Amino acid sequence: MHTLLREASDGFVPPSSADFDFAPIFGNSILFTKPVLMVFLSVIIAATFFIASSRKAAIVPSKLQYAGESVYTFIRNELGRDVIGPEFMRFVPFLFSLFVFILVNNVFGVIPLLQFPTMSHIGFPIGVTIFSYVCYHYVAIKKHGLGKYLKDICFMPGIPKPVYLILTPVELLTYLVTRPLTLSMRLFANMFAGHLLLLVFVLGGEYLLMSGILLKFLSIFSFGLAIGLSFFELGIQCLQAYIFTLLTALYIAGALADEH
Amino acid sequence: MISRFGFLASGEGASPVVPKPAEIIVGFIAFGILFFLLRTRAVPKFEKAYKDRTEAIQGGLERAEIAQREASQALTMYQAQLADARGEAAKLRDEARVEGAAILEQMRTSAQEEASRITTAARASIDAERQQAYNALITQVGAIATDLASKIVGEALDDQARQSRVVERFLEDMEKAK
Repeated sequence: MHTLLREASDGFVPPSSADFDFAPIFGNSILFTKPVLMVFLSVIIAATFFIASSRKAAIVPSKLQYAGESVYTFIRNELGRDVIGPEFMRFVPFLFSLFVFILVNNVFGVIPLLQFPTMSHIGFPIGVTIFSYVCYHYVAIKKHGLGKYLKDICFMPGIPKPVYLILTPVELLTYLVTRPLTLSMRLFANMFAGHLLLLVFVLGGEYLLMSGILLKFLSIFSFGLAIGLSFFELGIQCLQAYIFTLLTALYIAGALADEH
Repeated sequence: MISRFGFLASGEGASPVVPKPAEIIVGFIAFGILFFLLRTRAVPKFEKAYKDRTEAIQGGLERAEIAQREASQALTMYQAQLADARGEAAKLRDEARVEGAAILEQMRTSAQEEASRITTAARASIDAERQQAYNALITQVGAIATDLASKIVGEALDDQARQSRVVERFLEDMEKAK
């Protein structure tokens, strides 16, 4: 689609947010766009892989089981046990699913042919953030009761009274708005920016390749950078999945803690 | 103007930070499905593998401990047995030595007895033989002496009566001389 468009235009058209819009693959149904299908594909891939790798649950793991177990163990111990503490086991399935879901969708960004990080559509991070948001509030309310929870948020103990004038709105905003907002925005923005960056170098390289003989050579650098940045992006994609899960674990840990 | 790719209701300037409700729902549902699948199918199995492994390791350690205890027990037992055996061997050796000495002593005694018996017997037989020889000599010496005397004295002594008288007197002299 790009190529067609670019050939039609005269100069170089830099990639924009419009490049993140996909037409429905067939019909007018919004359910059959590339990102939506990729999200479901990620569910199939992740579920298949982890169910297959855990199916035997052998004491001496096969290579497949070892691979699945490594990811699971990492989340279970580093994010569950070490962050949440003694009650962590309840949250391990959630944290594990969270990490896996975001990771697969992010890594789609550098998988040939797919090459689109689904989380760069803000709707998907928000969909996932709802789970985290509901989860940590629910945990806190169940543990402390709604009244005490709200009181803890609004009136942090051990603070001089006048400070509450500033602190209370800030805390309320943090718990109710900022946290979910930053969770989804951080993930979305990282994926969006990363993909845009790759687009710049790929489309730029393509444009150079179609231009004069001298510029054709320069396109090598542009493509080279795109490839290098793809690896860089892979790192960011993993990191963002980790950060999202880590923050959720921290919020849950905070909700379980006796005092904020 | 409609978006370059004709996405519904999203104009060219549609901000990427404005979420599409459909995508929120899709993200929510898709994650929910994955969460459900992993929670029911994958996590319990991973935990089971963990548990089995922990048990296997702990069980192994316990078994090793038991085996070690048994081994050390066996070692003490064997050492005790070895000490017993050594003691017994020493005792046997001592006994054998004593017995050997006794046997030696007995043999020596019996040999001495035998020797003395033989000596006694030999002495007795020598005595007997000497007595025999003495008796024989007495007879023969008488005859020889008579012969000799008759030769010296001549025919005068042919007479029987005289002869025996002379002999008896001779023997008496000998007895007296004895």
